[in-house]
Amino acid sequence: MKILVVTEQRQGKWNNTSFETLAAAQQIAADASSTVSALVIGKGVGHLAEELAARNVAEVLLVEHDLLEVYTPDGYCVALSQVINAAQPDMVLFPHTYQVRDFAPKLAAALAKGLIGDCIGYRNDGGKLVFVRQMFQGKTVSDVTFQGAAPWFASFQSGAFRADSLAAHPSGKAPVNKVAVELKTEQIRTKPLELFKEAKSSVDLTQAPLIVAIGRGIKAPENIQLAQTLAKALGGEIAASRPICDEGWLPMERQIGSSGQTVAPKLYLALGISGAIQHVVGMKGARTIVAINKDQNAPIFEIADYGVVGDIFEIMPALTEALEKAKFA
Amino acid sequence: MKIIVCIKQVPAKDAPLSITGNWIKEADIGFEMNEPDSYALEEALRLNEKHGGEVIVLSMGPERVKQTIKEALAKGAHRAIHIADDNFSQLDPLGSAQTLAAAIQEEKADLILTGLQSDDHGFGQTGVLLAALLDLPHATLIMQIEIQNGTSSAASAPRSMRLKRELEAGWFQHIECPLPAVLSIQSGINKVRYATLKGIMAAKKKEITTITRESLGVSLQPTQKIEKIYVPTKTKKTEFLTGTPKEVATKLVEKLKFEARVI
Repeated sequence: MKILVVTEQRQGKWNNTSFETLAAAQQIAADASSTVSALVIGKGVGHLAEELAARNVAEVLLVEHDLLEVYTPDGYCVALSQVINAAQPDMVLFPHTYQVRDFAPKLAAALAKGLIGDCIGYRNDGGKLVFVRQMFQGKTVSDVTFQGAAPWFASFQSGAFRADSLAAHPSGKAPVNKVAVELKTEQIRTKPLELFKEAKSSVDLTQAPLIVAIGRGIKAPENIQLAQTLAKALGGEIAASRPICDEGWLPMERQIGSSGQTVAPKLYLALGISGAIQHVVGMKGARTIVAINKDQNAPIFEIADYGVVGDIFEIMPALTEALEKAKFA
Repeated sequence: MKIIVCIKQVPAKDAPLSITGNWIKEADIGFEMNEPDSYALEEALRLNEKHGGEVIVLSMGPERVKQTIKEALAKGAHRAIHIADDNFSQLDPLGSAQTLAAAIQEEKADLILTGLQSDDHGFGQTGVLLAALLDLPHATLIMQIEIQNGTSSAASAPRSMRLKRELEAGWFQHIECPLPAVLSIQSGINKVRYATLKGIMAAKKKEITTITRESLGVSLQPTQKIEKIYVPTKTKKTEFLTGTPKEVATKLVEKLKFEARVI
């Protein structure tokens, strides 16, 4: 079997989830006697291809074109379908990034294939590859298999594999092979403009050692005060899962998760947060995780060191009091 | 401007899930509008208030889906298309999109909106697949839509949109996209309205067209199959603290101070 990993870069800088996907591909290859090729797409990204060639891959495909300098879904799909038709891989793997979400389903569909997106793992069940992904916001997982003929497309969630398990090339360097693609301006229908960040944030959660985070369980904006009092007693910062910031109850800069901040504090106290994967990827690096939730089946408990199944509105004031008391103990 | 919004009905957020095979037991649980789709609907209604035209709700699934369709009509959508399908939960992303695309094709809309992903399957592919199948430009994770009319006032003037897209780690990007197009809306783009009593009354007179995949002439070739669903096994050992809130709080502070040593 031939596995092709489509890596991701922007303005010549890696999206590091690419290396996790490459590590996933190496594991699948070892398991299913396959070879791994890595692909770099863009313009002026030869140095990135050289960097990949030092890893344990059979070859690196370098796809460059003036019209690929900036990402567009049309440009990537036209170019990559040509590469896939020529290279004929059995499996095409992607890191599950926002960019991949934006083009990979279309690329697969253009070749009349399906994509199993957002996988957290895989298994080899006696020669049959099974991909594992979450459903129902992480409350359940599912085993998914491909139907029909290759190529098969799948993407792996950030954090599903460890980039540091990536093996180096056994004998020095893999060949870098340039692949020419044909692309015309009129094939690209959207026009990407400038990249920008919103106004500078006043808080840097990535530097906060203690974080009190709230989720949907907080129910109403007026209840946030209780969590803020608790955060103050703890000497920590308040943060939230996406729905809270979507509602405008806390500013976006306080959002933890794949579309917000990624944090690794000493203590992460999750209040009324169910633990959807989009949130978990932003905080699972915390040294100690405490979860308080009324639903004992909430996925957040899977990664918690300490868990309390109960009503956050009863526990928040009690905890504030216990923390105040401990200060003077 | 004619806008189609794709809306999915999903199990209610607090519904207890009991697994059966590769789906859940639907009998005793409540269902609701997929939250990410409610942002897409709201955006369609706002564009309609500004630019006129029509908002059509498109939803697929068994009879229960009508309740969510009615909610969308009560919020202000003008009419609805229901693709009746009792086996909807078994479709793969491509199969769902092929069916929706066939229904959309007949309407010739200017803009097709979807939510970011569904809270049940969570495939997050529908919008992009619709664009591929309908051969339309698309963009995802949209945080702002500005319709730009052509310089000429002629009805046939080329129109496009200036969009704000969310990227990762706090980055955004503006892009220009011609119409017609498919957009996947990022949750949080707007503040979702509630249906008013007047809206609920008005919805009773609004048209819901029911069609089937067969009547659309769509035949499916599944590309993937969910073999089974299960509750994940724990990777970390969680110590559960029990007692009254006061007892739990005291225990927790104790643990954090002397065992985890983080405070």
